[in-house]
Amino acid sequence: MELLRQMKELTQLRGISGCEDQVREYLIQRIAGHCDSYEVDNMGNLIVHKKGKRAPEKKVLFSAHMDEVGFIITHITPEGMLHFETVGGVTPAVTAGRPVLVGEQAIPGVIGTRPVHLITEEERKEYAKIEDMRIDIGAKDKAEAEKLVSPGDQATFIGPWKELGENSILARAIDDRAGCALLLGMLQGELEYDCTFAFVVQEETGCAGSKAVAFSQRPDIAVTVESTTAGDLPTAPDGRQVCRVGAGPVISFMDKGTIYPWDLYQKAVKIAEDAGIPWQTKEGVFGGNDARSYVSSAGGAKVLAVSLPVRYLHSANTLVNKADIHHARQLLDLLAKELPRG
Amino acid sequence: MELQQIIAMTKRLCEAPGTSGREDGAAAVAEELLAPLGTVTRNPLGSVLCCVNEGEPGAPHLMLEAHLDQIGMVVTRLEKGGFLRVANVGGLDCRLLPASPVTVHGQGGRYPGVIASTPPHLCDGKEKPLKIEDILVDTGLSQEEAEAAFAPGDPVTLDGGFTMMANNMMLSPCQDDRVGCVAVIAAAGMIQEAKPRCRVTVCLSAQEETSGFGAGTAAFSLAPDMAILVDVSFGDGFGVKDHECGKMNGGTEIDLAPAVSRRMFDRLRKIAKEKEIPWQTHIMGGRTGTDTDIVASSGRGVRCGLLSIPLRSMHTAVETVCARDVLSTARLMAEFAKEVE
Repeated sequence: MELLRQMKELTQLRGISGCEDQVREYLIQRIAGHCDSYEVDNMGNLIVHKKGKRAPEKKVLFSAHMDEVGFIITHITPEGMLHFETVGGVTPAVTAGRPVLVGEQAIPGVIGTRPVHLITEEERKEYAKIEDMRIDIGAKDKAEAEKLVSPGDQATFIGPWKELGENSILARAIDDRAGCALLLGMLQGELEYDCTFAFVVQEETGCAGSKAVAFSQRPDIAVTVESTTAGDLPTAPDGRQVCRVGAGPVISFMDKGTIYPWDLYQKAVKIAEDAGIPWQTKEGVFGGNDARSYVSSAGGAKVLAVSLPVRYLHSANTLVNKADIHHARQLLDLLAKELPRG
Repeated sequence: MELQQIIAMTKRLCEAPGTSGREDGAAAVAEELLAPLGTVTRNPLGSVLCCVNEGEPGAPHLMLEAHLDQIGMVVTRLEKGGFLRVANVGGLDCRLLPASPVTVHGQGGRYPGVIASTPPHLCDGKEKPLKIEDILVDTGLSQEEAEAAFAPGDPVTLDGGFTMMANNMMLSPCQDDRVGCVAVIAAAGMIQEAKPRCRVTVCLSAQEETSGFGAGTAAFSLAPDMAILVDVSFGDGFGVKDHECGKMNGGTEIDLAPAVSRRMFDRLRKIAKEKEIPWQTHIMGGRTGTDTDIVASSGRGVRCGLLSIPLRSMHTAVETVCARDVLSTARLMAEFAKEVE
């Protein structure tokens, strides 16, 4: 299936916030012949305009972010080890012991540890701190390390795309390359109404890219296509699961960044229900996304978030469900038909 | 023996699974590598044995040993939703497990999975590491699919693949102690060409990470006069103190501890100096934490030498070893065998 094939390719590209070039280049190649115009703005956002069969009543913009969480190299020690900081929210729990790729050349490295044999009982009770972790690229000293990497280089998680069982996919950077793939699929198809598609930068570090897009595009309605946290483990009580993998795309009423307008939320829910598309809401006020930029920038827009439920978000190995991807695409196609009518 | 052969052999052995007690995958690859050198047998616990040099009648018998098994996990229970609960096999740092990719070795084949983790959006920064009994493996299979695929007892291994880093540094899980096996097999090849006076038997032991029983029972049956054991030691870096570690790319580490024969220790150092094989040393006051502890006192006792290969990030999916240290370890064993009187 083309959607999954492009999603796989997108998840294998590397790009922390501020380093989205690979993703943008890929998307520009793939939209060729499928859009009427596109621009790359000063921040690096890719904004694509595509005509439909009709002119819309309302200007609708679909938005997904190109960047992923990861690390940035800050310093090289005399021993050739690399200090780093996180870019976006990454917990120490999913950082220590991981292999990474560093810089343009994708130099392999590891976030190593003192061996379990040498750590004390007290140390076992706490996660190590990110500031105490180092990346080892095998260099024997600083001079050798400097030939391969520099402060400012990105370091990214490694996570091959794996299909598990009938319905699951395990991959890196599903957040938000899955959203990019969904929008790309819409662009490659036919539209009923003219729509705008924004592939934005720097979501993970504070939604900066989408602010510029909101200002320049002034949509009436902005639909953010995202990944959101599924906590549906058997060890989590029902009330703490937030959303569930396989139960359909998530339509949010509120998160930490945005209160979604109730009328648009209800409209989206009705569109899903009328079409028999499974959907769920986010049972808890957690996280946030680019909707917060669109709702608050310039004169404000009505906003909607359609997200894939994803387990283990912001780690090297995130799990998403094929049926959810398929249903999200169906819902987005219907939204592109209905929302521009006003 | 070239460095490239060491690297290729390490890759093959590391890609084969073999948690303690379930060493079959790694044992099969080891058998293939040893087959050109002699008849390969397995002892009742699964240790792989191969006499690579018959030697002259009455000459001493030297055993070259490394352990074949790797740390990992074992499925203990199937949970709702297709999740698996596990126990550790050998020493695991549970702080490193969240989001780790794993392979579950079911009856019907290998299934990729991941250790469940909590996303930062649902964290308050006060999270404590989970105990192994609270950790879940997610294979993405539905409950029905999982029930058909898995059963308690299935081994689980940490994924990582095999990658070369700068400076001939090899990156792969379970290099503890597959690099030891590589050094032993490489030495066996050199010894067979040289046809020394002594009898030489290779023993790649099962169950070092849990008990040492694979080596203890094999040493009893083989009853060698002397043995050189090869395991890994803590490589420098990541806050390991100088006196606790060996230097990466610093040469083979010749170790001394109460269970190590001083005669063997002295002889190994002398040969390393004479043959200009890169070496370093590490002195321990108590147990070595290797098969040496059990082999030294098996049967009527065995004179043991212990060589270690420095390894960074031990018992993780990102174990790192310098291929040159593996080669110097192999060369020292071969030179030792040639000089046994």
